[in-house]
Amino acid sequence: MTENRDKQAETADAAAPAADDARAAAETAKEETANLPAERQGPKPKLDIRNLNFYYGTHQALKNINLKIPEKQVMAFIGPSGCGKSTLLRTFNRIYSLYPNQRAEGEIWMDGQNILGKDVDVNLLRAKVGMVFQKPAPFPMSVFDNIAFGIRLYERLPKAELEERVEQALRRAALWDEVKDKLHKSGAALSGGQQQRLCIARAIAVKPEVILLDEPTSALDPISTARIEELVMELSEDYTIVIVTHNMQQAARISDRTAFMYLGEIIEEGETDQIFTAPREEKTQAYITGRFG
Amino acid sequence: MSARQATGERPKHSPLAESLFKGISFSAAVFVLATLGAIIAMLVIGAWPALKKFGFFGFLTSAEWNPVTENFGALTAIYGTLVTSAIAILIGLPVSFGIALFITELCPVWLKRPVSTAIELLAAIPSIIYGMWGLFIFAPFFSEHIQPWMTDTLGQLPIIGALFDGPPMGIGVFTAGFILAIMIIPFISSVMRDVFETVPRELRESAYGLGCTTWEVMWKVVLPVTRAGVVGAIMLGLGRALGETMAVTFVIGNSHDLNIGLFWPGNSIASTIANEFTEADGEIYTASLIALGLVLFLITFIVLTLARLMLVRMAKSYGGRS
Amino acid sequence: MNLYARRKFINAFNLTASVLTTFFGLFFLVWILWELFAKGFAGLDWSLFVEDTPGPGSEGGGLRNAIVGSLLITLTGIFIGAPIGILSGIYLSEYGRGTWLAATVRFVSDILLSAPSIVIGVFVYGIMVAPLGGFSGLSGAVALAIIALPVILRTTEDMMLLVPDTMREAAAALGAPRWKVILSVVLRAARNGVLTGVLLAVARIAGETAPLLFTALNNQFFSLDMTKPMANLPVTIFNFAMGPYENWHDLAWAGSLLITLVVLGLNIVTRAFLRGKKH
Repeated sequence: MTENRDKQAETADAAAPAADDARAAAETAKEETANLPAERQGPKPKLDIRNLNFYYGTHQALKNINLKIPEKQVMAFIGPSGCGKSTLLRTFNRIYSLYPNQRAEGEIWMDGQNILGKDVDVNLLRAKVGMVFQKPAPFPMSVFDNIAFGIRLYERLPKAELEERVEQALRRAALWDEVKDKLHKSGAALSGGQQQRLCIARAIAVKPEVILLDEPTSALDPISTARIEELVMELSEDYTIVIVTHNMQQAARISDRTAFMYLGEIIEEGETDQIFTAPREEKTQAYITGRFG
Repeated sequence: MSARQATGERPKHSPLAESLFKGISFSAAVFVLATLGAIIAMLVIGAWPALKKFGFFGFLTSAEWNPVTENFGALTAIYGTLVTSAIAILIGLPVSFGIALFITELCPVWLKRPVSTAIELLAAIPSIIYGMWGLFIFAPFFSEHIQPWMTDTLGQLPIIGALFDGPPMGIGVFTAGFILAIMIIPFISSVMRDVFETVPRELRESAYGLGCTTWEVMWKVVLPVTRAGVVGAIMLGLGRALGETMAVTFVIGNSHDLNIGLFWPGNSIASTIANEFTEADGEIYTASLIALGLVLFLITFIVLTLARLMLVRMAKSYGGRS
Repeated sequence: MNLYARRKFINAFNLTASVLTTFFGLFFLVWILWELFAKGFAGLDWSLFVEDTPGPGSEGGGLRNAIVGSLLITLTGIFIGAPIGILSGIYLSEYGRGTWLAATVRFVSDILLSAPSIVIGVFVYGIMVAPLGGFSGLSGAVALAIIALPVILRTTEDMMLLVPDTMREAAAALGAPRWKVILSVVLRAARNGVLTGVLLAVARIAGETAPLLFTALNNQFFSLDMTKPMANLPVTIFNFAMGPYENWHDLAWAGSLLITLVVLGLNIVTRAFLRGKKH
């Protein structure tokens, strides 16, 4: 597993110079990474959260979060409900900004850009950072159109190419075989697990770089859950994945790194194995052994 | 359930009081049904002499309205009712949608309540006030500033140009339709706003999460999901427009001539009844007016029933979520 | 990014249009109220309340008979409509919950709520005015009662349903019979809400004109006799506005302002209350 990761990190580094926009800034970010002590360096961070504070009105939900989310790995946020893990996730595509009383302070760097900056185009940001929600929410249209919807937002494709892209996305989400005969049926007619994979396919179809999953299996049965988990692990070969889960076993099964949050703070973050077998913090220990939560 | 079990074990109360109260409230509920039945029955009986003389379809399709020869047909009035309502929907619907969109998606929180209350107050203003304002304020303004301009521009267009024909008096079918539009905006927009707010949060967030603009979320996701409710809202507005009496009576011009030009005076079912009912002499004249009432009631009944059915369907499909 | 620029443009364009439509709606509210105050305020003096409506061609005059008549007709209408509305609302929320009958009554009530009021006028003409041989204030009140009924029914039901079932169960568990539970616990808890519904109904019928045209008719003179044609504000406004005299027009504006103040006042008060209840 670890070897695999290292190799991927190399690939990612090799690919970095080809990154299109704001290369200079990206270089700076890389240099900073290079300056860190060797043991902390790890894989290249995709998201770099610095001094993030978050408020619902006057209530502070996140306190001074600092965290690096490595590229093409699965990062899991765990913690008792209300600890701020979903809130943190929702800052990465700025979906919180739909609600006027929610605000974030601090910086989140992605590819050399502070995505919390004022001049950031949230629509483009969201094309780059896909999100899947707790409850599957297929759009009121056919399976095909659910996927094509996102593609059409950004690209004008000939029909054949569009169909190919839809198929690709559905295959990638391990849904193709189940829905290929009902592409033109309503997305709402699928089972809950299928709907959730449809939502994942919909997110992938836009070709994002990061996928955010907000408790994606909490409304699903165990079999559907297992399929989604498998899928998440596969997807991490190509995408940076951040998942919020209330299910510790799930985090242990599928994530490379885990952050434990409590009362709006990150108590501890590290390799998933280390967090679950040898937590450094007492609170983490207490939580993962089920003494509170 | 537990209520009934509990009462059984307690000292006995007079069962008479219980059945009396239940009976009275039951009768009140049945009374509501009976009222509707009685309205229909009265209209049919009252309209009978006219329907017998002209035939139901003969009455509907004749454009003649002549109290002297006692020949009556509903066509002009039906036409006026439908055209004014159509104008009202054509103008009122986009505006209502815009307002509902503004209130649900764009409006700052602190402004939401004042704006929606203000819009809803438009519905509270009695229709006679719209009539007064329409006749004394809007019609002169319209004839002086807007109507000549419309005749000069829209009136010159091929085919639809004929619609913008008529004397520049300010009163007429178009003015009536325009005022109806303002009157139904609060109804349509508030129902739309309510149905938009039933859209599950995940769905809106998913759409935004793909990078949709606010307009795309609204137009491509929210609107299709709430289709039934939106149609219900439109029907509700249409029902209002069809039956509105006073505002229309003031400004429509009350003429029994059938004109294609929207600036010509015309009449509607409701305005004809309002103007002529008390002066109608002779059985056939009164019966014809009641027959007009029957036609109006049937049209609005159908439209309102459809509206309710659509809204019920909407509530069922998303009722459980919030 | 041509496509993206297009999308952004469409978005900006439509959202701007949305703001403009809101201004459009508000503009007419302001315009109507502005004219109403400008034209009606001058006429709001003491003579309005102490002098009766002037005949054709006579000077001055007030609206005393119309105001008193409107009050009488509206209040009588409410006194007829409210008990039936409240009782049927009680049936819907208590005895009839989930039954076919209740669903039908609710549906019919919703239809009546939006039914053309002129047809209600024709109906009451047919069942009261014609058989009894004359226009009367009372028949006007009956017409208004039919319009008030569905408003009161709906609010009563909604407000009673807001009372938690635990309260019903708690009262029943003390041994109170059903009717007593309903009247002294549920209805009491929902009292303010039900009252709001009644006020809302007053606001709804106070300005209604069409159903009075051929029921209460109008009366140039002061009268308290409900069995005779009765002066009332809406029909007076209608007749005066359509008439040729300047002082009639002024009185029509003053009357319009009066009705609007009452109706909007009632609406704002009840709205504030209902909102507080819902959230």
